[in-house]
Amino acid sequence: MKTGDRPRWREDFPVRWDEDHYVTRRELAKFLTLGSGLLAGANVLIAFIGLNAEIPKLPVQRIAAAADIPAGGSLLFQYPTADDPCILLRDRSGRLDAYSQVCTHLSCAVVHRPDEQALACPCHKGSFSSTDGKPLAGPPTRRLPRIVIEQRGADVVATGIEV
Amino acid sequence: MSELAFFIDYSRCIGCQACVQACGECDTHRGRSLIHLETIERRDSVQTAPQVCMHCEDPICAQVCPADAIKQTPDGVVQSSLKPRCIGCSNCVLACPFGVPKYESDPDQMMKCDMCYDRTSTGRRPMCATVCPSGALAFTSIEDIMRTRQGRAINEWRFGDQPVRTKVHVLVPTEITHVDVGLIPLSSLRRGSPPADPYDVAALLEDR
Repeated sequence: MKTGDRPRWREDFPVRWDEDHYVTRRELAKFLTLGSGLLAGANVLIAFIGLNAEIPKLPVQRIAAAADIPAGGSLLFQYPTADDPCILLRDRSGRLDAYSQVCTHLSCAVVHRPDEQALACPCHKGSFSSTDGKPLAGPPTRRLPRIVIEQRGADVVATGIEV
Repeated sequence: MSELAFFIDYSRCIGCQACVQACGECDTHRGRSLIHLETIERRDSVQTAPQVCMHCEDPICAQVCPADAIKQTPDGVVQSSLKPRCIGCSNCVLACPFGVPKYESDPDQMMKCDMCYDRTSTGRRPMCATVCPSGALAFTSIEDIMRTRQGRAINEWRFGDQPVRTKVHVLVPTEITHVDVGLIPLSSLRRGSPPADPYDVAALLEDR
């Protein structure tokens, strides 16, 4: 049958396979059910892999002598690799903390502001608390990864990262 | 060489049923044999004739389907009914002039010869044509058929006033250009009982 003399309804229900775009409710339901099942299964698989994956042990690394950092001062270091800039700081009360120096917004380097008890990012005026790394102001929504530090004798050493 | 086509040479059929067995092995037929092996004038002759779907260019089975379940692929192969759509009404079974579609009660849908679409769409021959020992069913090029067979391959039919062109060719004597199938007008049947069919074997057995 030529296209010209075809009735209008035949365009909705064509004989030719490649012109047929009608999706039945059953086909859609099957697609949704199988698709959802597949996504759920993939999630379970990812969780299973995550639970069984070995977390790589981070190296223990000396940062500096504890006496080198005055109250309100800070010191830059790299941990766990030379490409991961971090900042070690001592607040006015004398407490030592270490954080990743990479802003969680767009990866600018944060600087210590001891008077505000904050780590400030100059790029977009983001600000993180220097006591727990949580975002205080500006665009960042995730906290700065904390570097786990320990005092061994006179030295401060980094032993791990808490994301 | 032109593209491969299906040819039926009824006169070569020896009734061995190899095609019937092979048809059920095709993956798209799900274990069902969908080819018809017809007997011809069974009282007087052992002649048989295989009937695969002729794959009409304008498939009447698809035209009459009220559920939009029968589709023709771009290469002209008419498929079995789509399972989610077929309502098992058998309209296509009644409409097909070649008597090809079969209503299968188990999946409650129409199934018919789809020229082993999983095979022919990748350039392989349909199951029946691969096993036919006498060449009654052949899947080859028209040049090859013209070179090896006598007669003419035609694909034009006339059922009463209705012309039908098919994808599958049949081999007929050279002087024939199309097959004319006369129809019995309903008015002639109404006048009395239909004429007794001398080849109705079941009726002959009842007479005894």
